[in-house]
Amino acid sequence: MNVHTKPDRERLVVIGNGMAGARAVEEILKLDPARYAITVIGEEPYGNYNRILLSPVLAGESTIDDIMLNTPEWYEENGIELISGVRASAIDRAGRAVELADGRRVPYDRLIIATGSRPFILPVPGNDLDGVIGFRDIADVDTMLEAAEKYRHAVVIGGGLLGLEAANGLMKNGMDVTVVHLMDTLMERQLDREAGEMLRRSLEERGMKFVMPAKTAEIVGDGNGRVRAVRLEDGAEIPAELVVMTAGIVPNKEIAEEAGLYCERGIVVNDYLMTYDPRIYAVGECVQHRGVCYGLVAPLYEQARVLANHLAGRGWMTYEGSVTSTKLKVTGIDVFSAGNFLGGDGADELVLKDEKGGVYKKLVIENDRLTGAVLYGDTVDGTWYFQLIREGSDVSEIRGRLLFGQAHLGDSGHGEDSVANLPDDAEICGCNGVCKGEIVAAIKEQGLFTLEDVRKVTKASASCGSCTGLVEQLLASTLGGDYSAAPSEKPLCGCTDYTHDQVRQAIVENGLKSIPEVMKFLEWRTPNGCATCRPALNYYLLCAWPGEYEDDLRSRFINERAHGNIQKDGTYSVVPRMWGGVTTPDELRAIAEVAEKYGAREVKVTGGQRIDLFGIRKEDLPNIWRDLNAAGMVSGHAYGKALRTVKTCVGSEWCRFGTQDSTGLGIRLEKLTWGSWMPHKFKMGVSGCPRNCAEATIKDFGVVCVDSGYELHVGGNGGIKVRVTDLIAKVGTEEEVLEWAGAFIQLYRETAHYLERTAPWIERKGLSWVKEQLEDAENRKALFERFRFSQQFAQRDPWAEMPERHEDEFKPLVELV
Amino acid sequence: MSVTTDEWVKVAEVAQVPPLTGRVIRTENGEIALFHAGDGQFYAIDNSCPHKGGPLSEGIVHDCHVTCPLHNWVLNLKTGEAEAPDEGKVATYEVKVDGGAVYLKLGGA
Repeated sequence: MNVHTKPDRERLVVIGNGMAGARAVEEILKLDPARYAITVIGEEPYGNYNRILLSPVLAGESTIDDIMLNTPEWYEENGIELISGVRASAIDRAGRAVELADGRRVPYDRLIIATGSRPFILPVPGNDLDGVIGFRDIADVDTMLEAAEKYRHAVVIGGGLLGLEAANGLMKNGMDVTVVHLMDTLMERQLDREAGEMLRRSLEERGMKFVMPAKTAEIVGDGNGRVRAVRLEDGAEIPAELVVMTAGIVPNKEIAEEAGLYCERGIVVNDYLMTYDPRIYAVGECVQHRGVCYGLVAPLYEQARVLANHLAGRGWMTYEGSVTSTKLKVTGIDVFSAGNFLGGDGADELVLKDEKGGVYKKLVIENDRLTGAVLYGDTVDGTWYFQLIREGSDVSEIRGRLLFGQAHLGDSGHGEDSVANLPDDAEICGCNGVCKGEIVAAIKEQGLFTLEDVRKVTKASASCGSCTGLVEQLLASTLGGDYSAAPSEKPLCGCTDYTHDQVRQAIVENGLKSIPEVMKFLEWRTPNGCATCRPALNYYLLCAWPGEYEDDLRSRFINERAHGNIQKDGTYSVVPRMWGGVTTPDELRAIAEVAEKYGAREVKVTGGQRIDLFGIRKEDLPNIWRDLNAAGMVSGHAYGKALRTVKTCVGSEWCRFGTQDSTGLGIRLEKLTWGSWMPHKFKMGVSGCPRNCAEATIKDFGVVCVDSGYELHVGGNGGIKVRVTDLIAKVGTEEEVLEWAGAFIQLYRETAHYLERTAPWIERKGLSWVKEQLEDAENRKALFERFRFSQQFAQRDPWAEMPERHEDEFKPLVELV
Repeated sequence: MSVTTDEWVKVAEVAQVPPLTGRVIRTENGEIALFHAGDGQFYAIDNSCPHKGGPLSEGIVHDCHVTCPLHNWVLNLKTGEAEAPDEGKVATYEVKVDGGAVYLKLGGA
């Protein structure tokens, strides 16, 4: 008997309803919901749940309902046939059908095997006694909870991540727990000896017992078929009415192996997650990819994305293996590990150890790149280290401060010390007023895994993004370390899977010259993008094809269309440019006149040494611009992702300390750079001496004049979290300052992501990379040339140009009164 | 010009509102935003975001949606409803295109 499927679409069948199978289906639905008639076969009689959160359920810190991911209704709503509570018994490859244990056959055109893994049960006598279990599913949790009510002694065999979580949960349920571990270090696959020792002491203080190194010889029965004790090789017996085996996992490859698919430890797949049969794919813990079987959730999500991309016919993503991180989910004990934490030949180790304070940190550095981390006691920076590892960032410049964490770098985001310690009512996202409690509740109740999910549901970090790091920390601390960390390369927005860098590259390499062309070429999912990708694409095209690409005003934020800052009441603010912050009585008179004429409700001096007129109505903008133009003033671009201001001090012209003409240099810099569109706003400052009155060391590009020349500083900002600049060079002449400034700006324009300021850009690319690019005189000159070429087309005053072409658009279409 | 609620009023020439842009219509009862959406159709909704009153006519238009310029709420031009997870709704108005001109019925749709 064949199970009914819709014949008009290809039939996609998934064996396994665990996290990998369900995630793969979700990813396919995202890309192409109509492509397949999907059937999911799940052995467990539930919908799909979050297996990594079973430990908190056992510890009584959450419930089964909390960890359900997809309910049976979800399958129905998405038109997926869910066959649950039945085991798939065989794959008939010739007949292209899955055979079920109850005799039914499910035909497929494409098949995904997501059978997961099972606990490794030691091959010792007595391993089949009652009360001997693994720790894998809801049934195991039920068994453990029941045993905790009736019995006293439990032995956990295997002191890895899962074993310790199980032991902790059993202890919390009142059992006397002994962990038997084969090695002499706990969690030796994640921790080095030092961290393992500290962990052991801290668990012992809580009452957990350890016997290690020790090998189990036999599980001893009580004569009635139930376990009574665990006997070790040395003859010692440990009483136990419950034995939990957590000595590793075994991929469930049998169904594949019996069907003749090539398997080693797991089902062998290529970089598309395809098995040796091109109609059959495999994903998750049952898989062996490039010799590695993964037992964590993050790699499995990465695999699911690649598989979905392939099955939806996109075919450009490949899976190249995962760098993994883990975090122990034992409340009150913070352990984090990632990458190659053991170090080895050619690797340097940075170590911080505070035995009494219970803190241990080890970072492994190879070739100026962070490749591994072990943290004990203070894991706040785990997410950050993990990001550095995956992005392969050059850390040579921050090496000295690396161990002390991101907060000590003067990073470009919030630098909260420990988000985990914040109260629930602490505001995380200041833009949208979202508190920690709301975010944590949303993560738990709605099963959120990614930054994008949290943004969508709570709006936290959806606006200015400066709290992104905090939200990521909350995700990590709420879900445990193996949460689906946002991929190091994030898609530009929900309309595409391509990253900022991939899009930029495609534009240049394929000569794409308009937004529709880019969207067509890269198969955008939406007909005309969204408010996130359109401005980004417009900028990338503008940057790639100066003079050739025609700016698409419809893809710009209103501020850049109206050349003023929109205020909360819908009026605008107007800022005329004052070169280097210098003005004249005539200019001031003209500003005073327009302020009165157009009813400016407030006149304010800005931080960048300009004058801001507030409360101007949109239809008055063209007229106020005309008046200011007539007085010789142009747009100050105070509203744009563009060169904003060059702030200066009075310098050697007037100041008794001044070493150089900082005002004059500031004006020259501003004349060189005004009008250029950037990935984000860009500010400069020139100080006449090291007293630094122009605050040049918190600017994107700052100059500090000294007697012998000019110090050039980059990557600062005075935003939510102040970041002080890095010194990048010292030069002798104003001409050189201009060349370095132009080259630096061009490098930023060409390689930053849209809406990424110089501070996070430098941290992402590495200061030494930026330095290298600019110190190479030929490259610097080439960058500067490209900048000057692009400026030919950019240095047009929008206040003079806009009214000519678009005056009508500043007025209402009609007034029906 | 005085209008009653159930008559068609000419508000624009089609060429005045290029695809993926919006414009403002001022009325006695406040502003209406007229959009030329990604599907080629014209839509009209109240020009005030249900969140904090942002001028929707100034937002970026994509497909049949507009993103509010103040805090990035996304509103469906057909229904006037905010996209999840935001909740809220603005009034919509009937619009028709006839002979190169856009007409609006103030009575609401």
